[in-house]
Amino acid sequence: MSLFDLRLTDLHNKLAHKELSVSELTEASLKRIAETDETIGAFLTLDEDGARKTAKMLDEQLAAGGERGLLFGLPAGLKDNLVTEGLRTTCASKFLENYIPIYDATVVEKLRAAQAVTIGKLNMDEFAMGSSNENSAYKPVRNPWELSHVPGGSSGGSAAAVSAGQVYFALGSDTGGSIRQPAAYCGVVGLKPTYGLVSRFGLVAFASSLDQIGPITKNVEDAAYVLQTIAGHDPKDSTSANVEIPDYIAALTGDVSGMRFGVPKEYMGAGVDPKVKECVLAALKTLESLGAVWEEVSLPHTEYAVAAYYLLASSEASSNLARFDGVRYGVRAEKPANLMDLYLRSRSEGFGAEVKRRIMLGTYALSSGYYDAYYLKAQKVRTLIKRDFDQVFEKYDLIIGPTTPTPAFKIGERISDPLTMYLNDILTIPVNLAGVPAISIPCGFADGLPVGLQIIGKPFGETDVLRAAHAYESHTDHHTRRPALV
Amino acid sequence: MREAQDTMPLNSYETVIGLEVHVELHTNTKIFCGCQVSFGAPPNSNTCPVCLGHPGVLPVLNRQAVEYAIKAALALNCKVPEWTRFARKNYFYPDLPKAYQISQAEGPIGEHGWIDIEVDGKTKRIGITRLHLEEDAGKLMHVEGGQASLVDFNRVGTPLIEIVSEPDLRSPEEAKAYLEKLKAIMQYCDVSDVRMEQGSLRCDANISLRPYGQTTFGTKTELKNMNSFRHVQKALEYEQLRQADVLDSGGRIVQETRRWDEAKGVTISMRSKEDAHDYRYFPDPDLVRLHIDEEWKARIRATIPELPDARKNRYMEQYGLSSYDAGVLTSSKELADLFEDSLKYTTDAKASANWIMGDLLAYLNANNLEIQDVKVTGQGLGEMLQLIEKGTISNKIAKTVFKAMMETGKAPQQIVEEQGLVQISDEGAIREIVDKVVAANPQSVEDYKNGKEKALGFLVGQVMRETKGKANPALVNQLLLERLKS
Repeated sequence: MSLFDLRLTDLHNKLAHKELSVSELTEASLKRIAETDETIGAFLTLDEDGARKTAKMLDEQLAAGGERGLLFGLPAGLKDNLVTEGLRTTCASKFLENYIPIYDATVVEKLRAAQAVTIGKLNMDEFAMGSSNENSAYKPVRNPWELSHVPGGSSGGSAAAVSAGQVYFALGSDTGGSIRQPAAYCGVVGLKPTYGLVSRFGLVAFASSLDQIGPITKNVEDAAYVLQTIAGHDPKDSTSANVEIPDYIAALTGDVSGMRFGVPKEYMGAGVDPKVKECVLAALKTLESLGAVWEEVSLPHTEYAVAAYYLLASSEASSNLARFDGVRYGVRAEKPANLMDLYLRSRSEGFGAEVKRRIMLGTYALSSGYYDAYYLKAQKVRTLIKRDFDQVFEKYDLIIGPTTPTPAFKIGERISDPLTMYLNDILTIPVNLAGVPAISIPCGFADGLPVGLQIIGKPFGETDVLRAAHAYESHTDHHTRRPALV
Repeated sequence: MREAQDTMPLNSYETVIGLEVHVELHTNTKIFCGCQVSFGAPPNSNTCPVCLGHPGVLPVLNRQAVEYAIKAALALNCKVPEWTRFARKNYFYPDLPKAYQISQAEGPIGEHGWIDIEVDGKTKRIGITRLHLEEDAGKLMHVEGGQASLVDFNRVGTPLIEIVSEPDLRSPEEAKAYLEKLKAIMQYCDVSDVRMEQGSLRCDANISLRPYGQTTFGTKTELKNMNSFRHVQKALEYEQLRQADVLDSGGRIVQETRRWDEAKGVTISMRSKEDAHDYRYFPDPDLVRLHIDEEWKARIRATIPELPDARKNRYMEQYGLSSYDAGVLTSSKELADLFEDSLKYTTDAKASANWIMGDLLAYLNANNLEIQDVKVTGQGLGEMLQLIEKGTISNKIAKTVFKAMMETGKAPQQIVEEQGLVQISDEGAIREIVDKVVAANPQSVEDYKNGKEKALGFLVGQVMRETKGKANPALVNQLLLERLKS
């Protein structure tokens, strides 16, 4: 069994008992990356020197003895929209090709305080806009299970890196499904916390009212440990929730007896691949055998979610991305004739097609004369969607369904039709609009490709989500399978 | 072209003016980050990733800025809502690092207020449409030769309140009175330095004309670049005539922004190829709405001192001052404080008022200073008046003493001693000098005896000269007359 098959707790114990050193773990990671990343393309920036230096320092501390946090010495990857001081952060865009941030994101600070080892920055769809990692301005990412298929997006690099055993865990971000969908496609665990649970300070904003940072791991227990480390109120983020953080690990009791699950009929409809549905139904059977009950429910406004999302997210993005104007950050059009020319050409050249598409859509939706019909209307629809969830959660503890309508599609298959691409997120988007937490866990395979089960919880109900996910995982072995590549 | 000196040049048109005033709040730190607010620091020395708008940063609202804004709103008789919200005002300009300004659109901190102004002895109420809180932009400096511009971000994030008046002003004179009253109120509240020459108070004006009796407004122009109250008035006077000319000759006013050119004394169109800005306002998703409860409002209201109008009325009642005198004394809080301080050391309110309105204001005006720039204190003035009352110095000598007090801040007694200005009231000493002068000016004595009253004045002057002005003038007159009559 390779190091990469071990749980974080197991690695922690081996380190504590000096069976392993941090440097060994780090070298193993770097070796794996060297062997596989030319094919997979998960990393945009590798910080070998930094990682080795940190590893050496941590080994010295290890020798000195004493208590160590759970993430001590563990090599991790960070999605490249998380700002890292002194380490290039590109958001997979040409615009930030030369950008070296002067500060750390709060989650990065927390990982450093927890003494994890940052191996490097992970590939993604440019500025988090995409569902396949094909929108990276640098290179696409390949699904470790099937190299001609996409890993999903926008946290494609993060999911692929964990799936391929390049790092022990990764952080991604999720605005409409960008952690959960790639986790499903790559056969790993991806958790999007409740909006406000994890600080957004230092996450390059795509859609401010929807973005959340979350862990991507090989199993649910690992996700709980990472969440425990990164969750918590941040005074630097005004949207950060001031709630007490429960013990997520203690929640992993394995006991789901008496829990009530709702399965939305809108999530199991015609657009969902029958093989995916099969996996979900089998998972529900497993949960039933553990003492839970499930019933069909309805989230009636689901059909409006994608439209509302793309209006709201694009509007916020059009404003958030306006700061990339060619004046700063190191990328500027050659010999601009005047200020307007500098703006227009730098942005035309610096942004990829999908980013430009969404900026235009968002600008339009916010403009005078259209604001009421589009942006404001979408906000109202958002309220209705949230109410759908509130109503179901009055009677049910969790909402369960497939994470995606299909398994990972082929690279190039959907990139030329943006609207078809948008529909990949139809099952994940409503969760962001409602601000509730959700996890995707491996629940089977369809034609050799992983299928994800999505478990959605009440606001700040991560403990229930993790408990159910962990209980299911303990009685299956889908999450232990590894792609042939590794 | 009409000339400004024509009497009643605009008797066919009614002038309608509205003013937009920006007031810089003198908080310690910026509105959304912890950087210092300071004037005149080296470029880009008071910045951080947040106010620089680096990718991933988030704003956190400054409590003191909110309290100052609420204080100002209450002092201007505005209604302060229970919930207030922030909005993004989106536009591109190099001095705006996020490419949006965090401001307020719906639900500003103050609405529907008013202040009273006095013009030609008549009181008039001017409505205040709204008062809102927002962040300032940076400063651009254009390099000679036009090859580049330099951006200084020190000012970005300084808290401002924007105060928009109803279009209730009907003359440039009223506009100036409004500005003076507004400045005084802000200054009394101690929320800003409100010094236009330092940029802590800025004013843009909107002006239109319409035939008397018409209820709809004519087309307005916006005037910018007026750097003093006097220039606001002059610019409006010019624009009034310009618009009247256009209308008289059958033309139409173009709605546009015009720049006041101080040197040429004209307004110049700033029209460019671009259309009017659509700022695409939408609620800032990075800031939650702010709750202002009655308790908080009451606590802030309690910190508002006696405002100019109330103080003026009190001076008229309590000290028997005229409306004009009371108005001048209360036009600035420092001046009024100085006045009242002086009355702890003297009971002669009239005299104190005269010294302040006379010598002090004349000195300030002549040297282009404000009250904060001179060192005289109320105590100093009061003690000086005591010295005059006791006869230690004459009124004439007091002028010298007062000037020294303004320049050095020393106590009057100290100045008198240092400069040997004690009034000579010793009869014997004066008689000696009277004898000397009489002996030295036989012709004048002869003239006086022959009925020339003027000769007495000359002789008094001579005695005063001999004593370097220090002889008690009344005593000199008396003793000289005695001598001449003998």
